[in-house]
Amino acid sequence: MSDLQLFKGNEAVGEAAVRAGCRHFFGYPITPQNELPEYMSWRLPEVGGVFLQAESEVAAINMVYGAGGAGAKAMTSSSSPGISLKQEGISFLAGAEIPGVIVNMVRGGPGLGGIQPAQSDYFQATRGGGHGDYRTVVLGPASLQELVDMTYEAFQIADRYRNPVMVVGDGVMGQMMEPVVFPDMAEVTDPPDWATTGKRGRDNFNLINSLYLDPEELWEHNRKLNDKYRQMTEKEVRWETRATDDADFAFVAYGTTARIVQKAVEQMREDGHAVGLVRPQTLWPFPQEPFDELSDRVDGFRTVEMSLGQMVEDVRLAVQGRVPVQFYGTTGGVMPDYRDIISAMEEMMRKVGGRR
Amino acid sequence: MSKRWVFDEDRCKGCGLCVQACPEEIILFSDRLNRSGYRMPEITAQDDCISCGFCARVCPDVAIEIYRPDGGRKTENSRDGGR
Amino acid sequence: MKAVYEKPKSLTDVVTHYCPGCTHGVAHRLVAEVIDDLKLEDRAVGIASVGCSVFAYDYFEVDFQQAAHGRAPAVATGIKRVHPDSVVFTYQGDGDLASIGAAEIVHAAMRGENITVVFINNAIYGMTGGQMAPTTLVGQKASTSPAGRDPDHSGSPIRVCEMLSTLPGVAYLARVSCHDARGIMSAKRSIGKAFQTQLDGEGFALVEILSNCPTNWGMSPVESLEWVKEHMVRYYPLGEFCTPGEGE
Ligand SMILES: Cc1ncc(C[n+]2csc(CCOP(=O)(O)OP(=O)(O)O)c2C)c(N)n1
Ligand code: SF4
Ligand code: SF4
Ligand code: SF4
Repeated sequence: MSDLQLFKGNEAVGEAAVRAGCRHFFGYPITPQNELPEYMSWRLPEVGGVFLQAESEVAAINMVYGAGGAGAKAMTSSSSPGISLKQEGISFLAGAEIPGVIVNMVRGGPGLGGIQPAQSDYFQATRGGGHGDYRTVVLGPASLQELVDMTYEAFQIADRYRNPVMVVGDGVMGQMMEPVVFPDMAEVTDPPDWATTGKRGRDNFNLINSLYLDPEELWEHNRKLNDKYRQMTEKEVRWETRATDDADFAFVAYGTTARIVQKAVEQMREDGHAVGLVRPQTLWPFPQEPFDELSDRVDGFRTVEMSLGQMVEDVRLAVQGRVPVQFYGTTGGVMPDYRDIISAMEEMMRKVGGRR
Repeated sequence: MSKRWVFDEDRCKGCGLCVQACPEEIILFSDRLNRSGYRMPEITAQDDCISCGFCARVCPDVAIEIYRPDGGRKTENSRDGGR
Repeated sequence: MKAVYEKPKSLTDVVTHYCPGCTHGVAHRLVAEVIDDLKLEDRAVGIASVGCSVFAYDYFEVDFQQAAHGRAPAVATGIKRVHPDSVVFTYQGDGDLASIGAAEIVHAAMRGENITVVFINNAIYGMTGGQMAPTTLVGQKASTSPAGRDPDHSGSPIRVCEMLSTLPGVAYLARVSCHDARGIMSAKRSIGKAFQTQLDGEGFALVEILSNCPTNWGMSPVESLEWVKEHMVRYYPLGEFCTPGEGE
């Protein structure tokens, strides 16, 4: 068994990526994720990889496009404004079917916003963000161990589907320290046969491209992509439930917020309230199953986010009106207090009452 | 004697740049149209061609290939890239 | 009979979609000839940009990536950093390189990125229908400068080679013109040097090729090349601006 190591979140992402076989990182400084590129700047050369500070987030994602297209496990990271700049590139990765991993340590917005933790990029992350019919698997870890494991898996998922994968954290996740166990170092594999390595004896030439001027061809291409998105929906969806077996009401929260909600659940349980927590681990694909299961049993869901209410829309879609869904959130970099979360739930319990 | 000026008519777009480029002024537009409907040039006198390659050089559509009789005057050779 | 001029092997048989007389075709052929001459077909990776040359990948017998508008140098950087022994080249228009992609080209040059850039300056946005480009000449009419480019309103055109020549990372920089056979031969030599610079690991190399756009300039192909010679060459002087080994 590997050793427990105390790591800072941003650096843990870097080490996990290296363990996954990532040898190419392209980034541009932005708070609160700077420790990740800084870590990669010395760690990648150690393992024969390349760290390059790009001139912008736009350039960085396009370097990932080039490197991923050439067959490398490539990665970039940023925080909200920088992720906005990457959207065109992410759309190109999806369209040209290039694997790549993008980490967003979300900060408050809109505009320049602030540098404190937020979850207000949920729409951007899960709705594609960029143009066109495309999807990215979006992983939302809630602990550093999960951050490590999900970063590692992000590369595998990206390769499996030849599609970009996002890991969404926030400033808290990036800055906090927790003991983690890293997976063993994966072998760095040869470039896949579709990569632009130069022909090197191949008869055909390889092409990385997302342009299909003929509408029928583009539709066909989209159908092919859609098949992949359907597979992702079936195979990659993940969630966790806590204390929902006998729950009358359930919270829904992901990432850092889920940690605070967990504390609220524990407190409320002590006070005799039957509440639980549904924690989506993949934000896209969004888990439908726990809501199908619980909508017959609970009297309502209270979604808690560090936003003005974004994931709550997916919760409503999943619950399909079977029970009330309410929202509680803080935004702009303010973290919710577990006592306020409890009050919000208590209010919901009073108003909705025991329906059954 | 085989041809110096070899023309691939399906590639031609009738732009006339070869006509303009020929120092011997032996390329002229013909009355014939190719499959795409472009009016094609033709060489009026193969024997007067000096194999200078200018017409092929300026052709954006690689529709002309130029040959030179063995032992003939060397002008430009694509194999050494004219370097 | 000996071949004086034959179709280069690195060009596919596909007839290009370029307008009659468009020198994009000439530039493609020259790049293919250099790939043949230097025997790069097994190592070359091209990057097609957004513009009329977006389909360049259909015309070369080498690996290709199509890049977002202006980002070809960043894509090239990614590829080259993964496979340093590949020979990576971008093929970009003036809207792509000098406008939306100005940051990417400057920084690839600054880093001395060991890539080759083939830069087609036709003083206009061809693909989108003849709008003003950063390279459009003062007084030149375009669909978004119907009265001719006014320097007081839109500034004066960018001379990319001169601008990049101040950067120490640049190893080779040349401006050539496709307006006649002689110019085309000189263009070929410069493209050859730009690829050789990369093979020698010297750093960033760029060849700016003055080109035409008969369609959007509203001229016949012959007139358009005359215009390149009369107007473009005057504002964009030909020559080599940097050669490997200089200024080190
Ligand atoms: C982000 C983005 N903005 C705008 C466009 C539209 N667009 C396509 S080609 C082009 C201009 C290309 O001009 P240039 O680079 O000069 O090449 P040319 O067509 O003249 O060869 C533009 C603006 C685009 N595809 N993507
Ligand atoms: S230059 Fe080429 S395309 Fe133009 S007319 Fe001559 S042969 Fe045809
Ligand atoms: S090779 Fe020279 S002389 Fe012969 S047709 Fe072409 S341009 Fe004219
Ligand atoms: S629009 Fe202009 S640049 Fe584009 S192919 Fe036609 S002539 Fe060439």
